[in-house]
Amino acid sequence: MKNPLDSILGTVISGLVLTLVLYVFLKNFILAGI
Amino acid sequence: MEFQIAAIFRWLHVVAGITWIGLLYYFNLVQAPALAAAAGDQGGPGGAGITKYVAPRALLWFRWSALVTWLAGAALLGPNFKAAFTFDPAFAAIGIGAWLGTIMLFNVWVLIWPNQKKILGLVSATDEEKGRARRVAFLASRTNTMLSIPMIFFMVNGLTHKALIGL
Repeated sequence: MKNPLDSILGTVISGLVLTLVLYVFLKNFILAGI
Repeated sequence: MEFQIAAIFRWLHVVAGITWIGLLYYFNLVQAPALAAAAGDQGGPGGAGITKYVAPRALLWFRWSALVTWLAGAALLGPNFKAAFTFDPAFAAIGIGAWLGTIMLFNVWVLIWPNQKKILGLVSATDEEKGRARRVAFLASRTNTMLSIPMIFFMVNGLTHKALIGL
């Protein structure tokens, strides 16, 4: 499998996916019930 | 008085951050593709001018602005530094940004700069070592570009736009 960081598009998509993952983690685990 | 000091650190954090991330994007969007194009351009001028005159200067501003950005950010957090890095709910969003920025600072000083010194010939290295250094520096730089996307998202929304997205 090709490393997504080898292309700019793959890097940007990886960054957006990581942003979404961290956002969901923050809202549902750290800030849950607040 | 406290407000003025915080304002100065906030300003410094943003100015140094623009310099750091601006140069990071320059490396990834301009310099790396330009050097690849120069290497493939038979009979062209090549990329020696970039590696000799541009890259060392860009890397100088890049690595020191990274450090200043982190220090100004730490100063801005002040007594809330620990709360941010331990994800206290009130500072959790900015804490994620702070952790991502810290990982990026580590990449700059531990992975990118030492390997760039080998690539640019500032320290001696065999061709094999240079080849490996090129790959490590490239991937560390791309990792930082990827991390900059959530880092900036959580930095700009963490403490200032709670009303908009509830972070």
